[in-house]
Amino acid sequence: MTGDVGTWPHRHLLDVDSLSRAEIERLLDLAVELRAALTSAETAERLRSVVIGLAFYEASTRTRVSFEVAGRALGATVVDLDVVGSSVSKGESLLDTLRTLQRTGASLIVLRHPASGAPYLAARGVDAAIVNAGDGQHAHPTQALADALTLREAIGGPDGSLDGRKIAIVGDILHSRVARSNLHALLALGASVWLAGPPAYVRGFDAWPGVTVARLDEALDGADAVMTLRIQLERAAGGGVPSLAEYARVWGLTEERLALARPDAPVLHPGPTNEGVEISAELAASPRSLIGRQVENGVPVRMAVLSLLASAAHP
Amino acid sequence: MSDRASFLLAGARLVDPSSGTDVVADLAVVDGMLAEPSPDLRRLDGRGLVVAPGLCDLRASLAPDLDDPAAIADLARCAARGGYTSVCLASAPERSRDIPARMAGLHLRAMGAMTRDGAGEQLADLRALTDAGVVGVSDAATRSAGLTRAALLYLAPLGMPLVVRAEEPSLAGGALVRAGRVSTRLGLSGWPPSAEVVVVERDLALAAETGGWIHFSRLSTAGALDAIRRARARGVRVTCDVAASHLALWDGWVAGDRRFSWDAADGSPFTNALNPSLAYDAACRTDPPLPSLADARALLAGVSDGTVDAVVSDHAPQPPQRKLVEFAAASPGMVGLQTSLSLGLAAVEVGALELPDLVAALGVRPAALVGERRTLAIGSPADLVVFDPAARWVVERETLASVHANTPLLGRELPGVVRLTVADGRITHGDLADLS
Repeated sequence: MTGDVGTWPHRHLLDVDSLSRAEIERLLDLAVELRAALTSAETAERLRSVVIGLAFYEASTRTRVSFEVAGRALGATVVDLDVVGSSVSKGESLLDTLRTLQRTGASLIVLRHPASGAPYLAARGVDAAIVNAGDGQHAHPTQALADALTLREAIGGPDGSLDGRKIAIVGDILHSRVARSNLHALLALGASVWLAGPPAYVRGFDAWPGVTVARLDEALDGADAVMTLRIQLERAAGGGVPSLAEYARVWGLTEERLALARPDAPVLHPGPTNEGVEISAELAASPRSLIGRQVENGVPVRMAVLSLLASAAHP
Repeated sequence: MSDRASFLLAGARLVDPSSGTDVVADLAVVDGMLAEPSPDLRRLDGRGLVVAPGLCDLRASLAPDLDDPAAIADLARCAARGGYTSVCLASAPERSRDIPARMAGLHLRAMGAMTRDGAGEQLADLRALTDAGVVGVSDAATRSAGLTRAALLYLAPLGMPLVVRAEEPSLAGGALVRAGRVSTRLGLSGWPPSAEVVVVERDLALAAETGGWIHFSRLSTAGALDAIRRARARGVRVTCDVAASHLALWDGWVAGDRRFSWDAADGSPFTNALNPSLAYDAACRTDPPLPSLADARALLAGVSDGTVDAVVSDHAPQPPQRKLVEFAAASPGMVGLQTSLSLGLAAVEVGALELPDLVAALGVRPAALVGERRTLAIGSPADLVVFDPAARWVVERETLASVHANTPLLGRELPGVVRLTVADGRITHGDLADLS
């Protein structure tokens, strides 16, 4: 049985930063309900008359497919603009393209874009509700919410909270939209977050309230969960780290290193992983790995996001 | 009938940094010349108004999408409305080559390119440029230390400044905002202050060695001003300017914090949700990027203590298609000719700046750098601005004279209304009837 979502006070989902703790919990609760009723007839009626437009300006498989599956499971019509593969983006501004998408009837637009802040421009320029599916190095709210759900179920307290939990995030924080949105989500849910990685990739984050930048061993010490991030070779070449081999040697997560964390502390990675670089193949495949769970939770979390925003758009 | 102005402005505050004057007195203009007050003149009420020498802008750009006559007319309208009587064009030399040096009511000056075709490889014919009347020599392309040294050496006997932007490309490349809390929060690549400081230090060493005159355009860091103070103390010939927008606006504006630098607290941008209607507004993209709060305040202090010779408008009109785009895709710059005086007056109102220092940095000192004399002394041509420092106006598309309204100040109420601009004895903005 799935409850009435009621009204949702937010028109868009641009980042997790706009959500209160209670709103995040409500969203995750709804995701859990929807996950249990994934194939129910009621679920398939929720967004029956809604058109969802996908505008992915960056190659993406998992996020795009996850949104597509989520939209269809709710009974919505999903229109994929196929921006990358088509000529629609050539010489046409982002706003012009999104307005075109809106004219097809889309009241929700799921936007993935390589420029940080593009969803904010979109939210100012079109009438549809904007769902940020990842913008540049800024935010990836649905990934962070899926991670929050995964962590809540793995290490959360009886009430599902992350109060008092220590979560370590390791790697290239600077360029990571996943890390930034996770900081908002995990801190809102009561966790303390420790960051470790090459100096250029963690610099400046100690100014973020609730965040501690530390050496890897300090960050892992007693951690309740550890998240590691994808290192991109082209960025490594930019000077943050001399080579992937050096990165793996110093910051790569292995069973051995993880011994510093709490026994059985789970390991997360937003994917796709470079096995043997950020994380050893053994660890990624071990029972401690929640990588598969993160992907699975992506669909119900996105269903919850789409449901809530649709309820705000069509009260 | 002469088109030269004649009037008597009674009881205005006359501020003339060239002579250290700051008095309430009557000002008389007869046939475009400053004169002794006489009862025959048309009498205007100057109470509450400030009279200062006409403003001189060392850097303004033409609208990139308009043809030259339209772009120049656009710029001239903004200049007159903003109290400016002369403007140095920042646009590419090939664009400003055929622009008349003096058009009705606005003294337009041009910069020459340091290297041939601006390619950064070989010095241009600098004597030919200076003979043609350029006010300085500058270059858009990356400058090597070797070419910079050669240009300084060659220009030294000519009394001509080498006007440079100080920025190390390997540090600044791809940066969109100042490196700091805002860049960390927004995931925009950050511009470290060292990108400016290392080039300033290098160029100061070259100026010291050659005896050449170097002028730094649009400095934005406390570190650069410190370097200049030290260099001046050892006798290096160096001048500099900062953009008016960089005194009041700071990088928090990109994250949606729209307080002026003197009102803002150095709070954390991390805990507040970004405001969807303000965050990542491309109108806030400038070159160099908006400074940190601490640096904006250091720039203001530099204007006060004279380290900064000039405040420039850095006027850069941009059509909507260059601004209603992703932050990273937007062209930098904002319109500034009409807002520079007002931003300065906003600082004066809160005590962050003294009025004579503002007037000096907006007019007298930059004019002196380009060889123009600005004074309210009797017997001089009337080249002046009359403004009401307490009157308010709202920055809107309708109140901006420019074709393009790219500024994050839209909707903002600012102090300082220009009542009269008199350039070379002629009224270029305002109406005497409104002051009667």
